[in-house]
Amino acid sequence: MLRAIRNKSILPAFSAVRAFSSSAKEMTIREALNTALDEEMSADPKVFLMGEEVGEYQGAYKITKGLLDKYGPERVLDTPITEAGFTGIGVGAAYYGLKPVVEFMTFNFSMQAIDHIINSAAKSNYMSAGQISVPIVFRGPNGAAAGVGAQHSQCYAAWYAACPGLKVLSPYSSEDARGLLKAAIRDPDPVVFLENELLYGESFPVSAEVLDSSFCLPIGKAKIEREGKDVTITAFSKMVGYALKAAEILAKEGISAEIINLRSIRPLDRATINASVRKTNRLVTVEEGFPQHGVGAEIWFSSLHCLFSVQLVNSWKYTNLLHLLNSTSVIEESFGYLDAPVERIAGADVPMPYAANLERMAVPQVEDIVRAAKRACYRSVPMAATA
Amino acid sequence: MASSSWLLMRRSRALIHHKNFSFYSLFSSSSSSSCSSSSPFMKKPQAESAGYSNDYSSSSAHHHFRFLRRFESTKAEAAQLELQHDVTDDDDDNHRAIDFPGGKVAFTSEMRFISEASQKRVPCYRVLDDNGMAMEYRNYVQISKEMAVKMYSDMVTLQTMDSIFYEVQRQGRISFYVTSMGEEAVNIGSAAALSSDDIILPQYREPGVLLWRGFTLQQFVDQLFGNTSDLGKGRQMPIHYGSNKHNYFTVSSPIATQLPQAVGAAYSLKMDGKSACAVTYFGDGSTSEGDFHAGLNFAAVMDAPVIFICRNNGWAISTPVEEQFRSDGVVVKGQAYGIWSIRVDGNDALAVYSAVHTAREIAIKEKRPVLIEALTYRVGHHSTSDDSTKYRPIDEIEYWKMERNPVNRFKRWVERNGWWNDSNESELRSRVRKQLMQAIQVAEKAQKPPLEDMFNDVYDRLPSNLEEQEKVLREIVKKHPEDYPSDVPL
Repeated sequence: MLRAIRNKSILPAFSAVRAFSSSAKEMTIREALNTALDEEMSADPKVFLMGEEVGEYQGAYKITKGLLDKYGPERVLDTPITEAGFTGIGVGAAYYGLKPVVEFMTFNFSMQAIDHIINSAAKSNYMSAGQISVPIVFRGPNGAAAGVGAQHSQCYAAWYAACPGLKVLSPYSSEDARGLLKAAIRDPDPVVFLENELLYGESFPVSAEVLDSSFCLPIGKAKIEREGKDVTITAFSKMVGYALKAAEILAKEGISAEIINLRSIRPLDRATINASVRKTNRLVTVEEGFPQHGVGAEIWFSSLHCLFSVQLVNSWKYTNLLHLLNSTSVIEESFGYLDAPVERIAGADVPMPYAANLERMAVPQVEDIVRAAKRACYRSVPMAATA
Repeated sequence: MASSSWLLMRRSRALIHHKNFSFYSLFSSSSSSSCSSSSPFMKKPQAESAGYSNDYSSSSAHHHFRFLRRFESTKAEAAQLELQHDVTDDDDDNHRAIDFPGGKVAFTSEMRFISEASQKRVPCYRVLDDNGMAMEYRNYVQISKEMAVKMYSDMVTLQTMDSIFYEVQRQGRISFYVTSMGEEAVNIGSAAALSSDDIILPQYREPGVLLWRGFTLQQFVDQLFGNTSDLGKGRQMPIHYGSNKHNYFTVSSPIATQLPQAVGAAYSLKMDGKSACAVTYFGDGSTSEGDFHAGLNFAAVMDAPVIFICRNNGWAISTPVEEQFRSDGVVVKGQAYGIWSIRVDGNDALAVYSAVHTAREIAIKEKRPVLIEALTYRVGHHSTSDDSTKYRPIDEIEYWKMERNPVNRFKRWVERNGWWNDSNESELRSRVRKQLMQAIQVAEKAQKPPLEDMFNDVYDRLPSNLEEQEKVLREIVKKHPEDYPSDVPL
């Protein structure tokens, strides 16, 4: 197969950096992920990769290019087609103490392994009372690509972020990709790392600090990509790019939008979101996934109302404690700071259609974000309530 | 050395020590002397329509229905048998081979379908007969007196634990319990053959393995009561034991998930160069799960040193094996994945010991997986939430409990060697019983785990949102102590 192109010399896994005449360096997401994996594998012999086509094929999306040649088949494993199988095996290896990085060709296929992700990985540290830790990373493209239909386009951020025991990250830029993947691999808890297929080829400027092999981003901190004072727009992954474009358009109309790149879906950086909302008093949440029970719904409720979940108290069955909760003022909340209802932009509540025109309408576009921001700023008539 | 003869076998057809079991003999009484005709594995077919048997009470009316279908298919097989040779033999027709991905394969111009089962069922390896006498032609790994006595004592302890804890649940003092009655030999016989470095990934009917490794009775009871001394910090239902120290991974409820996990753990052991293997247990029902397929397939492909021990006890809650799969049990599936396999009499502690001991050598030295199918019977109900008399006859249960009891059988062998007597027996049983009663008293009175144990271990370190939740909860408790349970320390 691809044996012909395999050579035995030790090469850097990928040519990581294209230097420009100016001092700014650029890097694609693909290169960012590849270099992050390479550096973490070289730093820690316990880290190993597993997934379909990650080895000989150089990765279904070429993220793991060159790694098989560099680290050998013991550390870059091509698996048979069984997500449930290789996820279970990765979890078993993590139980023992290795640090697997399991690749799903897309997170849609992770549904075939979701029992192992939730029941075997996420809950194990808790159920075993700290005896079994699971330092595993599940990574792969998430959300819509282009023209791949319903079974290849779903966003799983909300599903995984609902589960205690998991950490869920979603990078946007190359800096995010490098820093968050490194953090995920080093983290002792199971991490779901949601990439985006359409972003793999996009280039972003990276500083020298980002290129350093010890670079790492903290998990649970969002990044303010663009400061503003009129409306806060939260987004993650590809939607951050759309939100930034929307901010450009809004700026021409005199609306200064603050764009928050969530980076971490679980734990959600509620502090940053709250601080921003207190500053701007208006909020638009943007995501590509389905609206019901989505990330935007969570930001709406938990960041702006109570941090303390009412569910927790119910489980004690001491319902007289409930009214007490509402009157305690220990919890941060920014509901009182809002000047307008929160606008939620999400994908259409339908399985993703294939036809290009329908697909375009099923996913948020820049214009949708612009219109939502204007509605939040009372620059246009609010939409009628939809069922 | 007794085990080396197994390694010489290059073909996976097992040595046949016993009388052949064909599908016909299954339905006639000319089968092995050790089984009476009332055994569920040796039933005569009932040609009349589903229902009303003459062997058992009418509550087992549906019990015979499943054998009707068996009878019909063997008729079809009889017709085919005339034409068929055993196709697992090498093809004599021609020696020309053709090349395909996967290797060279001889070809034939005769169109032959491989039948759904071979003529003979895979025979079952046993060392002791039902009376605990070592059989005349035997091939087993010797054990010392100390080992034999420890094995027997642990089997008795397991039996006693099961009966007492079952009662404790019935009295409402614990919420749930699962017994391993009838499977003591699989539990202890296998545990005894392993080293403490071997990693165990259990299903949930193998507390005997943990008992063997030194988990104390108090520790077992603490987990059942979920008190502050519970290693599991009160997080799990009863019988979900786990102990890092004993290399026994915490029991997890979903079925068969431990199979691919065991392969991962075994692969890690191989990468670390350890002289140890992963051992995973599962029941007959687990072999229907997708994880069984993935686990076995992967283990073979990755050359993982893992032992798969299937406790084929005939029942998956109310589903009998005839409705679980149509293959000749689980052992034949091993070859389908390219795995060495053996079928063992799971009620014969010596046979289980020998098979596991040898399998362990194969797994570690040759870095390959091994499948062991231990035939046994689930004497108890599936759990305390089950009443198995609703779907199987009481006499069947009684038969396996009394006449095919693995503990008694091993006892007779140990006694015959002069290593055990009646006074040892009564002393052991009363001592274990007393220890258990004391342990239960201590556990019942103990406090429950503290409040902080609700929030920690979700992640490696307590995240800020949980810190806040805990803080708020403590403030509320301080304000309203009367609404708060008194046996949970703060």
